[in-house]
Amino acid sequence: MNTILKLKKANLLGRGGAGFPTWLKWKLVKKAKAEKKFVICNAAEGEPGVFKDGFLLENFPEEVINGIVLAMEEVGAGKGYIYLNSLYFEKYKNNLKRIIGKKPIVLFKKEKGYISGEETALCEAIEGKRAEPRNKPPYLAEKGLFGFPTLVNNVETFYCVSKICKGEYNHTRFYSISGDVKRPGVFQLPESAAIAEVLKTTGNYPDFDFYVQSGGGASGEILLKEELGRPVSGAGSITIYNKERTDPFVLMGKWADFFMKGNCDKCVPCREGLFRLKQMIEKKNLDKEVLSAILFSLSEASFCSLGRGAAVPFRGFLKKVMNIEV
Amino acid sequence: MKKKKIKIMIDGREIICFQGQTILEVAKKSGLKIPNLCCHPDLEPSGGCRLCLVSIKDRKGFFAACSTKVENGMIITSDSPEIKKLRKINLEMIFAQHVESCRDCMRSYNCRLLNLAEEYNLDLGKFNDRKKDYPVMQFGPAVIFKSQKCIDCRNCVEICQKQGVGFLEIKERGSFLETGPSSEENKDCVYCGQCIVHCPVAAFEEADSVKSVEAAIKDKKNFVVFQFAPSVRVSIGEEFGLPYGTAVTGKLIGALKSLGAKKVFDVSVGADITTIEEANELLERIKKQQKLPMFTSCCPAWVRFVELYYPQFIARLTSVRSPHIILGGIIKKYVAEKEKIDPKRIIVVSIMPCVSKKYEITRKELKLGNLNPVDYVLTVHELACLLKNHSIDLNFVKEENLDQILGEPSGAGVIFGASGGVTESALRSAIRKLTGRKNARINFKKVRGLEEIKEAEVKLGDVPLRVAVVNGLGNAKSILENNPKHYYDYVEVMACPGGCVGGGGQPVPTSSAIRRKRAQSLYEIDKQKRVRLADDNPIIKELYEKFLNKKEVVHKICHTQYYPQQKDKITIWKKQQNH
Repeated sequence: MNTILKLKKANLLGRGGAGFPTWLKWKLVKKAKAEKKFVICNAAEGEPGVFKDGFLLENFPEEVINGIVLAMEEVGAGKGYIYLNSLYFEKYKNNLKRIIGKKPIVLFKKEKGYISGEETALCEAIEGKRAEPRNKPPYLAEKGLFGFPTLVNNVETFYCVSKICKGEYNHTRFYSISGDVKRPGVFQLPESAAIAEVLKTTGNYPDFDFYVQSGGGASGEILLKEELGRPVSGAGSITIYNKERTDPFVLMGKWADFFMKGNCDKCVPCREGLFRLKQMIEKKNLDKEVLSAILFSLSEASFCSLGRGAAVPFRGFLKKVMNIEV
Repeated sequence: MKKKKIKIMIDGREIICFQGQTILEVAKKSGLKIPNLCCHPDLEPSGGCRLCLVSIKDRKGFFAACSTKVENGMIITSDSPEIKKLRKINLEMIFAQHVESCRDCMRSYNCRLLNLAEEYNLDLGKFNDRKKDYPVMQFGPAVIFKSQKCIDCRNCVEICQKQGVGFLEIKERGSFLETGPSSEENKDCVYCGQCIVHCPVAAFEEADSVKSVEAAIKDKKNFVVFQFAPSVRVSIGEEFGLPYGTAVTGKLIGALKSLGAKKVFDVSVGADITTIEEANELLERIKKQQKLPMFTSCCPAWVRFVELYYPQFIARLTSVRSPHIILGGIIKKYVAEKEKIDPKRIIVVSIMPCVSKKYEITRKELKLGNLNPVDYVLTVHELACLLKNHSIDLNFVKEENLDQILGEPSGAGVIFGASGGVTESALRSAIRKLTGRKNARINFKKVRGLEEIKEAEVKLGDVPLRVAVVNGLGNAKSILENNPKHYYDYVEVMACPGGCVGGGGQPVPTSSAIRRKRAQSLYEIDKQKRVRLADDNPIIKELYEKFLNKKEVVHKICHTQYYPQQKDKITIWKKQQNH
């Protein structure tokens, strides 16, 4: 059985956040006809509350690199990249280089900004340009890095690929748990586990009134206690907020700051919308109509998924925690 | 490659279009209006302003029409309550970036933002001005950047990169990434002004000379003379609603006379002299096989580009002065003497399609003793403002003729305004000089057109002359970096796309279609001219007989020198100036 079939059978979904079927991504790149192809391992990890890729690079770098090699062989790529945020680059470069040895895989230090972890923006960065997202289509599978078909997968995805090919995959994922908890950290548990279950198993289920942000400490969705019967989404993080002790304006301000610093400022909804949102939060002046228009534009009119995703936590938080339906 | 014809539907209208086109292109061609701000036909769509959103049947979400390609059978809706809502909030946020100063703005009578504000019934008080404390900057004596009007579309940065200059760049400011001048010591503006004609909201402007010229006209001591560049006659009409490229030479002269010009001359006459001098120099260099290829030098942005970035090529530039500087010198020396006017009283105002000409006239080596050959430069756009300030409408002005002391230009002088024009004019003269034939070749169609790099081989007597014609500085850069001496003998470079017809001082909008119309119009004028060779122009013969008859005079009036340049100063005003 070839690798793509194995991935399909294991029903592996990308662990970077978007959850796209990995086998399909591979198939598209494999099918593309070109003189060159690239594989990129995305280790840009930069959202608050998400730190499982760092954990994997620390503890299982061989598996990750094995996954990259398998991908290169399968799709026919002559060169691989590991795109690391600056912290990971400094921390793991020597060890990674040692494991890579003579394999045609190079390390690349990520540009500043959250956006430069977006898969098209990171191609721009490697090409030496400003890290801005590209128009899609064309998709990376047709025209990626330097115009050649390119496969971009997350660190954890490559780890899973390696495990699947070795027959050691048991449908687990790595949960980053943080916030108002007793035992923050990375935990390996079944991917289908309910959030409540994950919290209980890891000894992190709060004994106070709380809400959760699932799938990213900035772009993740807000869930109330009674909504924790579902599995985690996005990049697999769970952040707990103590309802009583969390200042809603400070929390929303943090999200706005994070996105404003991390975005590329190219499109109006994301650049201006987040700024205006921040202004309203600072003034504690939450005009429902204006908020609704800004969030509508952010989620519907933004250029890339960063902007579209940025609306998610605000909308959920305003509705569920602050009782403002926008 | 033949493009495949496909059928789509926009707002219920069936449209035949081509694969590869964007929705916005198709809509525009079909006369459908989809609002947009940041999209410019010269640049790749950035999809930044998010105003051109449309929805497509059976697809989730909204799509930017500027960057979504049409597909066969696509059913597109360009307007709906949701789309309206998105456009409105985006426009309100864009408007809150742009600090309006409509009273002082030279483009307020045709402002895309104001038009959209009206159409979408914006609430302009919803947000405070985000950029009210942003500075105004001036680059050299030519370009002004009012950063508090910038809406971050980055067209200026893109065009500056495309020009191979890279002076404008994206910089960090707090949590924003914004447009600004490079602080690198080896990067500077060459004043081509392409940022001005590519800015949708007039955040970039030419340094204003309108007020100074108005004052100069008012002062009765002055004898104000206007001269206008070749391409101005085919573009100024656009500022008064005439079709792109309409030739309005007579009306332009009439308008300048009504402004109070004592005399009006045509820079194309100066171009005829440039042509003759340049053809001579070319023949000389070829004879000696020295300093080849010879580069043209009538474009001051190109000259500055060489002086700043490629000083090793300075010696290759022809020493001939640009046409308006030559004619300015002739006005202050020859006309002054002939008409018995104190040259110190003469104020020469050049109407140019160009911003870098404002910089050129500040170059000290061009001075004739204490006299500046040219005192002020107005762009086409500034002239339009000046005329409007004085309620002079070009449509209703009586046509007048040039003052005949400096005669009429040849067709060769007129085509200087289009890329390839200088080369064609010089070739006409060089071949005449070499062969002495009355019916020497006139048309060199290979060097015409908007193509960015044109190449031709022309027989100069027995010798083949290898010519390149380049427009757009980015293309010039690629020529300079690829050993030009191996490939060419004569290279014409114009900094702006299409040459002066696409200049940074030309009316907005500009696009390749508009530039083409302006150029065609110039070649039409040339075709109609009885005299098409600079050498055959009676006034030129007269000038060489009566005035340019000594080597020293020719040298002083018609030739100059170039030097390696340093970065110019950037003036920054913290708050917007009221002027």
